[in-house]
Amino acid sequence: MLAGATALSLLVFGLLLLAFLRRGREGRTSPTVWIGGLGVAMPIAVLLALVGYALMLGERIVAPGVSGTVVIDATGRQWSWEFSHRVGDGTPATHNELHLPAGRPVVLRIAAVDVIHSFWVPRLAGKMDAIPGHVNLLRIEAAQPGIYEGQCAEFCGSGHSGHLFRVIAHDEAGWVAFQRGERQ
Amino acid sequence: MNALRRHRILNTIWGAPKGWRGTVVSVNHSDIGKRFVIAAFGFFAIGGVLAMLIRAQLATPGSAFVGPDIYNQLFTMHGSIMMFLFAIPMFEGLALYMLPKMLGSRDMAFPRLSAYGWWCYLFGGTILIASMVFGVAPDGGWFMYTPLSSKAYTPGINADVWLLGITFVEISAISAAIEITVSVLKLRAPGMRLDRMPLFAWYLLITALMMIVAFPPLILGSILLEVERAFDWPFFDPARGGSPLLWQHLFWLFGHPEVYIIFLPAAGVISTVLPVLARTRMLGYGWIVAALLSLAFLSFGLWVHHMFTTGIPHMALGFFSAASALVALPTAVQVFAWIGTLWNGRPELKLPMLYLLGFFVVFVIGGMTGVMLAMVPFDLQAHDTHFVVAHLHYVLIGGFVFPMLAGAYYWLPHFTGRTRDELLGKTTFWLIFVGFNVTFFMMHLTGLLGMRRRVHIYPEEAGWTLLNLVSSVGSFVMAFGFALFAIDVALHVHYARRRRRNPWTAGTLEWAMPVPTPAYNIASLPTVISREPLADAPALASALSRGEGHLGEPRRGWRETMAVDTTTGAIDHIVVLPGNTHLPIVTAAATGCFFLCLLAGRYWLSLLPVAGVVVLGLRWAWLLDWRRDIGPLPIGRGEVAPIHREAAGAPGWWGSVFLLVADGTALASLLFGYAFLWVIAPNWPPPERIEGGLAAGLVAAAAGSAGTLLARRCLADGAAGLMEAASRMAVAAAAAQLVTILALMALGVTAQPVPQAHAYAACSWALLAYALLHATIAMLCMGFGRARIAAGHVSPRRTLDLRVARLFSDYSTATLAIVLVCLLAPSVMS
Repeated sequence: MLAGATALSLLVFGLLLLAFLRRGREGRTSPTVWIGGLGVAMPIAVLLALVGYALMLGERIVAPGVSGTVVIDATGRQWSWEFSHRVGDGTPATHNELHLPAGRPVVLRIAAVDVIHSFWVPRLAGKMDAIPGHVNLLRIEAAQPGIYEGQCAEFCGSGHSGHLFRVIAHDEAGWVAFQRGERQ
Repeated sequence: MNALRRHRILNTIWGAPKGWRGTVVSVNHSDIGKRFVIAAFGFFAIGGVLAMLIRAQLATPGSAFVGPDIYNQLFTMHGSIMMFLFAIPMFEGLALYMLPKMLGSRDMAFPRLSAYGWWCYLFGGTILIASMVFGVAPDGGWFMYTPLSSKAYTPGINADVWLLGITFVEISAISAAIEITVSVLKLRAPGMRLDRMPLFAWYLLITALMMIVAFPPLILGSILLEVERAFDWPFFDPARGGSPLLWQHLFWLFGHPEVYIIFLPAAGVISTVLPVLARTRMLGYGWIVAALLSLAFLSFGLWVHHMFTTGIPHMALGFFSAASALVALPTAVQVFAWIGTLWNGRPELKLPMLYLLGFFVVFVIGGMTGVMLAMVPFDLQAHDTHFVVAHLHYVLIGGFVFPMLAGAYYWLPHFTGRTRDELLGKTTFWLIFVGFNVTFFMMHLTGLLGMRRRVHIYPEEAGWTLLNLVSSVGSFVMAFGFALFAIDVALHVHYARRRRRNPWTAGTLEWAMPVPTPAYNIASLPTVISREPLADAPALASALSRGEGHLGEPRRGWRETMAVDTTTGAIDHIVVLPGNTHLPIVTAAATGCFFLCLLAGRYWLSLLPVAGVVVLGLRWAWLLDWRRDIGPLPIGRGEVAPIHREAAGAPGWWGSVFLLVADGTALASLLFGYAFLWVIAPNWPPPERIEGGLAAGLVAAAAGSAGTLLARRCLADGAAGLMEAASRMAVAAAAAQLVTILALMALGVTAQPVPQAHAYAACSWALLAYALLHATIAMLCMGFGRARIAAGHVSPRRTLDLRVARLFSDYSTATLAIVLVCLLAPSVMS
């Protein structure tokens, strides 16, 4: 996308530059070539390809997960996040700390209790708003075990800058331990 | 009559008194237009200072320069000022000043309305700025998402200032939109067919039509949110069947077309300036008009791309994503038409052209990032980050500020009659261009690195420190550029040398008059036979000042200009415009008192200014005085035409039609809200619905129908000269409307649950209030018609008052039917 955008921008800038360089040269340009060709036909071709590709990619991110995935409730409030893990025997609830298994798709059920927040872990891609009165689904997957920083992306008042959380992706052993309620 | 004598007489008729009195009473479009432009630049400077404070805060991580509470006010006010107090009023001012001159007319269609809009803008803007001084400025972000902006989370008056202040300012946007539409459609020089209009007029016509449809959703949304805050009607409260998403839909239903509303007038400037500086004509006139029309339609179909992360199903997102990508097409058509035009001509690197090149670079980059953001997966990552901030500044500064600066340097000689060397202007350009790119290009990167928008601090270890510092330095370079621009303009106004009237050898009519322009623009109106009248007849200006065109002989102290048939440009009638008056400023002051009462929570007291506005409005209409038939009058060149009171398509009629289109859009938005909540919001169905009320509803429907039938009879009798009968019909129609009002009140009180109970009840009451308001307006119109008949203002030839009254009655009854169906459906079906 970046390369395409750069190429198209350079095309436009090049044509502009040529307009000044060829000053005084004879020959009128035709509206059909310029407007019909460059203005209509070219963008249609580029955009069709781009939209099609984006739709396919989007299906993978947004669509609710297949069966057997881990489901976690994420609830935003001014100014913290509550996570309730529907796993194992109980549902371990944590504050500002989301635990999930690495290498497995996880479906988050995102909600809010006061104002609108937005769940975003930049390195895990995708963000989803937490809206009072609605529950939104987001599918994420952490490829590697580790710690990922998360932040509220929707402006939510005076504590917005500090409205942060952290995602802990466990390896298999760690995840089993977490489900049993053994936490460091 | 020689040219000088004609000039003196016309100046007396069209001019305003000197000094403060003139400032207060002037309704002249050049005066009002210039004021809009200067005030908008003033607000731009204030918004710019706020931006510098924001960049000062973000220059270092964890800065203690301002805390979150102040910072939130800074960015909220920066966005609100730039959108509502700078961009829109700036092009309104340019349109008011320039359109009549380009169309070969002497003023806009509704001079008093322009003045009223101006005062509303000034007073509303002052309220917003004052709130900042008192430290209670809005702080919920410029799109004011609920529930953050609702009473529970913003208990102070900050949000009320935004909702009421912006709505007050929007009055000027709606009035300018109606004014521009009717002026372009009707008030042109004879012979100027639609396809001979300068492209600038096309751009503004389409912009104005978009405004008529785009602003009502925002105004309605603001009213609903203010009513929720003030009286606890839960439109947006999910606990009682409301939804925060309704606000987002209403806001972006306005907010996205708004982007094009800002861009199109600037693109109109480009299509005007660029061919002149390339010494050729614009390539593909028809293509461009088609592109504008499709842009206008498309821009209403992509508001949801601001809401990709709100949990809307992906296939629906796909539709809006495709529409968002598609909107690049009409823009591409224009960009390549401009470049093709440059290829056709011999472009010269004069100062305005330099700014146009700046536009191309910045806007094309902004367009590319726009297409990226239109793709759902990319947007899910970049949404609400500094990448979006960078994108929107590239589009808005690239698509609006750079072309407007080009326009400023192009038309400054027209404003002042002077020209100046370009050195300072070129320095200004490079400061702004480099400063802008340094500031905002970096923000793409900080955004991609994960920096959210609207945060006042960020961690040092995030690695954004250097990029932010560079951004901040760039922003100060840009600010110096704008300061230098102000200095350059001041030098131009005071010290530049006087020059000939058409320095660019342009072909459009605004250069066919003395500069600076006299109050009446042109001493006589040209007959237009092509798109570039001045290129056909370079001596046109002197011929017009010798009175060789139409309406060259001033008479009776009238402010006369011509109205033409919309498509063919054939002579239709003479419009006699109202002169200087206090009414606009007084009415705007009364309107301002209404908003201040609401802001102070004095709801009962606010009825007083409402009554004042009604009385002033009636006086406003009453002053269009016409107690006898005049018949066709000579207009020069051996032709005659009737005056507008005796013609079918008078501007007042068309203005009323477009006002009702805006009004209808507000109703449609309300119905959309009602349906949206019913389908999407949680906690439905409501605990209690309407019970009974069918009888009252039927009475209201019957009385409303009687009202509109009687209004039609009244008009028919008036047109047939049966004044006694018409008078009786008017009284009967007003009485019928009164019965409608009483029946509607009975329906609400006896059958509907209280509005605080549930969003359903709140919506029902809002619909009921809408119907009540319009029945009241219809009643006032008929009462006014009765008084006009009695005072001798109506005759078979002069039926405009009764026709407008009938129009409002018809509208009231049609909407009454819709409202009654929506209110009673739950009762009938359960």
